[in-house]
Amino acid sequence: MSDHHKGDGSGVETFDARSPSRRRFLKTMGASSLAAATAPAWAQIAQAGQQQTEPVEPRDDGAPAEGEQQIRLTVNGVEHTLNVTPNAVLLDVLRDRLMLTGTKKGCDQGQCGACTLLVNDTAINSCLSLAVSHDGDRVTTIEGLSSGDELHPVQAAFWEHDAYQCGYCTSGQIMSAVAILNDDNIGSDDASVREAMSGNICRCGAYKNILAAVQDARGRMRGAS
Amino acid sequence: MREFNYARADSTRQAVSTHGRNDQAAYLAGGTTLLDLVKIDIMRPEQVVDINRLDLGGIETLDDGRVRIGALVTNTALARDERIQRDYAVLSEALLSGATTQLRNKATTAGNVMQRVRCPYFRDGVSSCNKREPGSGCAAIEGHNRSVHAVLGTSEHCIATHPSDMCVAMAAIGATITVEGPDGRREIDFLDFHLLPNDTPEREHNLKPGELITHVTLAAPLENSRSGYLKLRDRASYQFALASSAVIVTLDGDTIVEARVALGGVGTKPWRAFDAEKALKGQQISEATFKRAAEIALQGATPYAHNAFKIPLGQQAIVRNLTTLTA
Repeated sequence: MSDHHKGDGSGVETFDARSPSRRRFLKTMGASSLAAATAPAWAQIAQAGQQQTEPVEPRDDGAPAEGEQQIRLTVNGVEHTLNVTPNAVLLDVLRDRLMLTGTKKGCDQGQCGACTLLVNDTAINSCLSLAVSHDGDRVTTIEGLSSGDELHPVQAAFWEHDAYQCGYCTSGQIMSAVAILNDDNIGSDDASVREAMSGNICRCGAYKNILAAVQDARGRMRGAS
Repeated sequence: MREFNYARADSTRQAVSTHGRNDQAAYLAGGTTLLDLVKIDIMRPEQVVDINRLDLGGIETLDDGRVRIGALVTNTALARDERIQRDYAVLSEALLSGATTQLRNKATTAGNVMQRVRCPYFRDGVSSCNKREPGSGCAAIEGHNRSVHAVLGTSEHCIATHPSDMCVAMAAIGATITVEGPDGRREIDFLDFHLLPNDTPEREHNLKPGELITHVTLAAPLENSRSGYLKLRDRASYQFALASSAVIVTLDGDTIVEARVALGGVGTKPWRAFDAEKALKGQQISEATFKRAAEIALQGATPYAHNAFKIPLGQQAIVRNLTTLTA
């Protein structure tokens, strides 16, 4: 699971987890060159994004201030002690406090699925979840799927099948797919997968490739277990 | 999202007493309705009482054959329960036809009963809406009223449909809602729980202030019955019903011994069609019988500018469901 070649017969290597990737390239370039006045905005954003792939250190906010509540969240295996206001939303706490920005905010109303993640292995919309309600829970985000440089089979399948265009919905799509593929109650036929994934909207309309990726990942996950 | 006080309840009694200290309090279960509406500033609780740690997550069969569902049983868990799939297929199908995988994983049984209407004039925060602002009028009556607006049970003050699929199945099955409140525990017949809009569309249900739903208990299943939920909508998934039917029938050969029919998407509350059931009982199964029952079910329907199609669509939802179940 370290080589990722497009199966298009072109022989062009598009991704190898062991070789310098675009992300690593951006990272090793260093902040100073990217921050130069001539650097385009996207490059700075990419640089900022790169920092989030570093391991997340356990966070401990200490004693809560007035109006805050202390909660414990285990996110991707790391336990954090956080102080949150009652109206803090799980999605925002992960993104803004733990800097885990892989989980996206789309509609922020439970309609688009971009914020899908796993709480105690169950897929939910994190935009409709109060952080304080999840005291003691175990959260898995897109950042928690891969192990080191090794992509999760669903991530690898999305890569190989081009299961995205702009990529904004992708982490939510992948988290839903992971939950579905681990759920014996959901049928393995295309219609069942489409129905089970209907809570993840893709404005680019990459549904055909998303479906292909999910079904391909099903085979890989079976093979792995 | 606006600020509110938050309390996590450890017991039903504590939940009720915390709620009772603030007349702008709201119970929080799955949050799929409440937090959505707080974010768009339609619901404005000062105190949120989180009931997720209460011991209300079980499903049990009672000695008399009824099935008691805890308030916090998720829509996913209920739809997948073996007893529900075996004895109440209509309920499992209705649940699985609603919302999305992620939302069903969060949404609870009591929360589904309590979900609010999807009328865009209710949700937009500015239009006239008697539910949101009593006395302000109903923008839907003269406005765009095609998809989430009713033809049955409407009034000159509100025409929004009740959005739940689950509740339509429960209306057909028959159920009791158990609530606990400042004055103790009581039971409400499911069909009396949701209120017609009449002159007071802001009153949507029969709960007294501070009362908390603890259980929904389904009537014992009809022996040898078959049941199904048919939902007709603008797209095949993740869409509210334009019209839906929950049907339960028992047959003796080609004779309909018992029939229960409820409608969704066309009524201002989960709509039990007793007269249609009477027209089916004792009859031979035939298209003519089904059509007659369907016409009776929609008798007295009031069409609005854009939703007159719901009358034949609602009839068709009944005919097709009965046809499939009796084939």
